[in-house]
Amino acid sequence: MSKPFLLGELMAWIRARGYSGRTLVTAVPYLWLLLFFLAPFLIVLKISVSEMQLAMPPYQPLVTWISDGVVALRISFENYAFLLKDSLYWKSYLNSITTAAISTVACLLIGYPMAYGIARSAPAWRNLLLLLVMLPFWTSFLLRVYAWIGILKNNGVINNLLMALGIIDEPIVMLQTNFAMYIGIVYSYLPFMVLPLYTAVEKLDNSLLEAAADLGCRPVKAFFLITVPLTKAGIIAGCMLVFIPAVGEFVIPALLGGPDALMIGRVLWEEFFNNRDWPVASAVAIAMLLLLVVPIMIYQRSQGQQLGGHP
Amino acid sequence: MASSRPDQKNEPWKDPGAQPYVRLEKLTKKFGDFVAVDDVSLNIYRNEIFCLLGGSGSGKTTLLRMMAGFERPTEGKICIDGVDVTNAPPYERPINMMFQSYALFPHMSVQKNIAFGLKQDKVGAREVDDRVAEILKLVRMEQFAKRMPHQLSGGQRQRVALARALVKRPKLLLLDEPLAALDRKLREHTQFELLNIQETLGVTFVVVTHDQEEAMTLATRIGVMNHGEIVQIGTPSDIYEYPGSRFVADFIGSVNMFEGRIVEDEPDYVRVASKELGATFHVGHGVSAAPDATVWVALRPEKIVLTRARPEGGEDNRVEGIVAEVAYRGDQSIYLVTLGSGRQMRVTQPNTLRQGAGDRVRWDDRVWLSWDSSSPVVVTQ
Repeated sequence: MSKPFLLGELMAWIRARGYSGRTLVTAVPYLWLLLFFLAPFLIVLKISVSEMQLAMPPYQPLVTWISDGVVALRISFENYAFLLKDSLYWKSYLNSITTAAISTVACLLIGYPMAYGIARSAPAWRNLLLLLVMLPFWTSFLLRVYAWIGILKNNGVINNLLMALGIIDEPIVMLQTNFAMYIGIVYSYLPFMVLPLYTAVEKLDNSLLEAAADLGCRPVKAFFLITVPLTKAGIIAGCMLVFIPAVGEFVIPALLGGPDALMIGRVLWEEFFNNRDWPVASAVAIAMLLLLVVPIMIYQRSQGQQLGGHP
Repeated sequence: MASSRPDQKNEPWKDPGAQPYVRLEKLTKKFGDFVAVDDVSLNIYRNEIFCLLGGSGSGKTTLLRMMAGFERPTEGKICIDGVDVTNAPPYERPINMMFQSYALFPHMSVQKNIAFGLKQDKVGAREVDDRVAEILKLVRMEQFAKRMPHQLSGGQRQRVALARALVKRPKLLLLDEPLAALDRKLREHTQFELLNIQETLGVTFVVVTHDQEEAMTLATRIGVMNHGEIVQIGTPSDIYEYPGSRFVADFIGSVNMFEGRIVEDEPDYVRVASKELGATFHVGHGVSAAPDATVWVALRPEKIVLTRARPEGGEDNRVEGIVAEVAYRGDQSIYLVTLGSGRQMRVTQPNTLRQGAGDRVRWDDRVWLSWDSSSPVVVTQ
């Protein structure tokens, strides 16, 4: 009789050990992350402290059996030292962070008015406008980036149009410039900025802005004194969602950016596939992860304060 | 129920030469086809507490929001202290408002919330501190200056909101349902506190409320609103004792309303025969109505005397009935008495004797109801 009630029995077993059903629900995603995030991370970490060799796999094992049960553990930090020595790496790190930061600011400047407009539009329009923001996700990311090539290239849509109108005689070189790369990144990541901002602005109580105006505060000033601080959580969330993936962005700089767009994602690719130096490539990946963990932690802390500050 | 405010002794609205402090001229506000406020003209005098009283959708809040500057009137004019502010934005008006939700800035401490308005006026830091401290003392919130709004109780938030609106020393303070979010005990207490603060600072108040008791306690005058119009303006006792229409009589307090026909019309009294009552009202005031016209007589439940024995005197202003319901309220009891016509009459009697003492009126008792000829009010609309 117990067979059909397997789940029920499982629950009873869990409860008998002092756990609630909630534990089970949260345990599943945690196990998933453990399996597919932590395990690969540890593998990459392991490769990053090993030495390169021309073989398959292209790195030496950490643990070697010498003889008679003696085990040798070889951990090398040379790869990390190499990252510091060769200016290529820290320059590309810096370049990635600068590019991501500029893209994030551009997304914020474009996304905030958008989110504000959507949140303050008539409820009937709101869902339609939100749908339009999310619509690009229905097309493949790669396809959308290729579409930009068609728009920006020398005999692309923009240049052809401008030349047909007689505004320019020679095509403007846009493709494979930083300009094209920023357009691609801002275009691709804008929805990740707009959605959390929308949620934050939509929650904002309009009577607070009325109160500010009533107390003698002009609208522009009220925006910076009331709206921005109260939508801070959305601003931070949006910035993180844009900044973090933009730092490691590989496809857009490769397709739209110029040859000098030295992004860390590209360096990583070259180390792995062109130089086949897995240990250095792993060290690059780990260093990038650590570089990104810091802003995530800042974000987490501010979220915690938000939760503590506004019940 | 009506308070005796010192201001009531000098009633500026009765003085034709008095300058109104706030003047609303033919104000109309339309939202599409819907007329929220319909041709309202109103004078409010310095130091008044003027209550706009009405049900939901009566236009009272829209009227208040037009005074604050959040809504532009479709037609009409608003003058404050002789200055036309009809088209001035809210941040340029010498008016502050206390919001129903209090609208305290959640990311600022009590101190910063109150200082916000002063900082907008570029008041010096020293003076800001002094004035914030002064107003915090007035609302007795000194020890909470560093708290954040979410760390305060509803009553404390209400005081902070009041302090924030008052600290700028506005010419006019608008209060939108100031006490609605408080529980009953706290509300009563806060009402008297509001009165004290208003007297101390001498600020003119306009209060919007749907709570007639609140309006009665606070107001020097009440404007009763219905369907976007002000149907009657008067002191609380005027409104209660001399309602001008069936709507006002019904809206303020409870009332027994009887349809009738004027059978005798003299300058100092009228007699109204009512089939619903099964008797004749003798009303001690003259009425300007056509003879034989249908009128309504309003009679407050507390003005009726309930006795077992037939009262002495003539045939008017008395009726016999059977007690259908008794509701014991502690300080008073409410009786529903079924008359011969089938209509029920609501009667309240103070419980001057303790329950159990004396001869108590019970269900199904046959009783006599009578009242003085000064009690009933005839309304013609």
